Amino acid sequence: MNILLATIRRDLLLHFRQPADILNPLVFFLIVISLFPLGIGPSEAVLSSIAAGVIWVAVLLATLLSIDVMLKGDFDDGTLEQIALGKQSLLVVVFGKVISQWLVSGFLMALMSPLFAMMFYVNTEGMIAIAVGLLLGTPTMTLIGSIGAALTLGLKKGGVLIAILVLPLYIPVLILGTAMVESAVFGHSYTGHALWLAALLVLSIGFAPLATQMSIRISLSQ
Amino acid sequence: MWGWFHRLGSPKSFYEISGFLLPAMFALAGVLLVTGTVWALGFVPQDYQQGHSVRIMYIHVPAAILAQSGYMMMAAAGAVFLIWRIKLADIALQCAAPIGATLTFLALVTGAIWGKPTWGTLWVWDARLTSTLILFFLYVGVIALRSAMDGRESAGRATAMLAVVGLINLPIIKYSVDWWFTLHQPSSFSLTEKPSMPIEMWLPLLVMVLGFYLFFFSVWAVRIRTEILNREYGTQWVQSL
Repeated sequence: MNILLATIRRDLLLHFRQPADILNPLVFFLIVISLFPLGIGPSEAVLSSIAAGVIWVAVLLATLLSIDVMLKGDFDDGTLEQIALGKQSLLVVVFGKVISQWLVSGFLMALMSPLFAMMFYVNTEGMIAIAVGLLLGTPTMTLIGSIGAALTLGLKKGGVLIAILVLPLYIPVLILGTAMVESAVFGHSYTGHALWLAALLVLSIGFAPLATQMSIRISLSQ
Repeated sequence: MWGWFHRLGSPKSFYEISGFLLPAMFALAGVLLVTGTVWALGFVPQDYQQGHSVRIMYIHVPAAILAQSGYMMMAAAGAVFLIWRIKLADIALQCAAPIGATLTFLALVTGAIWGKPTWGTLWVWDARLTSTLILFFLYVGVIALRSAMDGRESAGRATAMLAVVGLINLPIIKYSVDWWFTLHQPSSFSLTEKPSMPIEMWLPLLVMVLGFYLFFFSVWAVRIRTEILNREYGTQWVQSL
């Protein structure tokens, strides 16, 4: 537990001292979302019908951009190797890193999402559903993304590769998240979708850190 | 009891055994594929609704079956390599990916060709089509990671890891996509249940599926043999071939 908290604290500190790494994906998120009305036109009917998909896809892409830096810094300066060699469990450290990574990427985007939903003329129920869905879905994305980040450690062209490896695995979250918003907009209950997203989250909390930890060891064994 | 299994796991004896079996496998695959194709194209009755276009099924269904079971076999090889570090499993994984990706692509293309006369469109965002497309992306991911890490010691284990992660995700993806939208008919080919199509249409399909399996295994074995020679180039037994 101490190691977990220490890792979260350390990673958050590092993030705040190097704010570009967390801010750039967020700015990217803002710009991508603003491009859609410019490309499609400002019609209220069109925008409100594509809002959920646009916001979710933008979150997916921004998560991918931010996941790239999660392990990279520690890998480049050798910290990760020392952590892996140390006697504390690498699994717990991976957990801590994922949590702090999520706090500065997915969590912030989920908080920002109702604002964009409003700009896309989504009604109140839809706004709430987008925020709740993202709060449940983004940790899953960070967890799955961490596997990709760990597998591509030390590769020169890691960034694009992560996208190819990880994006197909994001599809269930995307489908459930957007379906949830859709049923909320029309006033239906969306508890089922939220529970499914939560189930995927629990599943990935259980398995993804294991896979990430193994992948880190594989990448370190060069 | 496991002695033969361990022997098969060594590249050298795999090379010898597969060299012995390959001609027979290729011949049998050829016979099955030719018989199946001629039977399917020339003698199978027309469908009462789809007419002659139903014959596309005899390429489409085997390709789609092999696309899925090819991924299973590839990921199984990945798991074997992660757990027991059998070198041959790594080679098998690496060699299965391009074949599987090609068959997935073939299933998508034949599906599009079949969709045009029957559904009136080349592509629909339907669950089975979409999950096959995603399967194709998963194959591409494995190939891309492999080629990006080329020459590294850890390339094999990283690719194996990805294949296994993909295998765990595959059912989740499949169910989520199924739930999302469905137009495609459910699978109508199974060995264990009574066929839902007339026997004269089902039998050639069975022949084609078996032929595709054998063809897959033959091509796989050829690729594995080439890769074995490539990797074991410096060893004495390869030099003395």
